[in-house]
Amino acid sequence: MTDRLELPAYARSLGIETTGASEGGMPVLTVEFGPMVEGRPQHFHGGATAGLLENAGYAALRTALLAAGRDPQLKPINITVQYLAAGKSQASFAVGRITRLGRRNANVTVEAWQADRARPIATAVMNILMV
Amino acid sequence: MQPAMTTPVARFDAREASKWFFRHGHTGWLGLRFADQGDNWVELELPWREDLLGDRSRPVLASGPIISLMDMASGMAIWQTRGTFAPVATLDLRVDYQRPARERASVKGRVECYRLTRSAAFVRGIAYDDDPDDPVAHVAGVFMTIGADPRQENPALQGGGDD
Repeated sequence: MTDRLELPAYARSLGIETTGASEGGMPVLTVEFGPMVEGRPQHFHGGATAGLLENAGYAALRTALLAAGRDPQLKPINITVQYLAAGKSQASFAVGRITRLGRRNANVTVEAWQADRARPIATAVMNILMV
Repeated sequence: MQPAMTTPVARFDAREASKWFFRHGHTGWLGLRFADQGDNWVELELPWREDLLGDRSRPVLASGPIISLMDMASGMAIWQTRGTFAPVATLDLRVDYQRPARERASVKGRVECYRLTRSAAFVRGIAYDDDPDDPVAHVAGVFMTIGADPRQENPALQGGGDD
C-alpha cells in the first residue's frame, strides 16, 4: 500500500523516504541526519523536524483516503508542533494517526522519534481540508 | 548579574548573523535570505524553488519550508530583541495557513518577539508573498533558552552574553 504513496517534491528534496514499515496501518517515514536538516551543530533544525512530521501526516491521510476510495486535493488548515527533545545527529522517523476523518476535513496526530520509539522527539496535530 | 563590561560589545545584528547562518545547514539548503529587521522583529525571505513544491498539481511552495522560514525568523527575532545570541529551542510552534502562496512567488516571514523572560520567549508573525495585509499564514510560538554556548566561529555572535 505504501508504494502507492507519492511524496511531494519538497519531501523528496529533503531526503524524506518511506521505510516500508507501518504502524496502525500507516506508513513510517524517515529522514537521515545530514547538512540539509541541520540547525545548530549536530542537531535537527526544528523546521526540518516539522517537515518530516507534516509529510508523515499527509502520508497517513492519503493512506486512509486511498483505502476509502477517495482522492481529494489536500490543503493545510493548520499545524501545531510540540518539540519534546532535541533531534540528534541520527535518523528520525515519523508516523501519523488519523484522529478524525470527516467529509471535508481531517484531524491527524503525528509522532516523531529517533533510536527509541518510546521516546518521541516531537509531535504534531494537523487539520487538513479536503476538496 | 554580571559586572559592567569594560569594552562595548557588539549587539546581535540579524543582517550580519544571516551571512553566517544561511551558509550551511537546513536554512542554507532552503536558501533563506535576510530581508529586514527592527528592534524586536526580523524578516527573512524564502526564495521560490521548483523542488520545494508541496503539491503535484500546482506550482506553490510546500507548507514545510514555510515552517522552517518562520522557525528561523522566530529565533532571530528573539536574539534581536535580547540583543545577544543565546541558543534557543522551539517548544511549541503553531502555523495557521490562510491561503496558498501565489504560484512561483517567494515568501517572506516577519516575526516579532513580543515577550521575553529569563528562560522563555514568545513570538508571533506572518508569512506573506506580496502584501503583509494579505498573509499566507499566521504563526505563534514559544521558545526556551538552552545551555551551550555556540559563539565559536561566528564573529557576528561574539557580543556579550548574560548566560
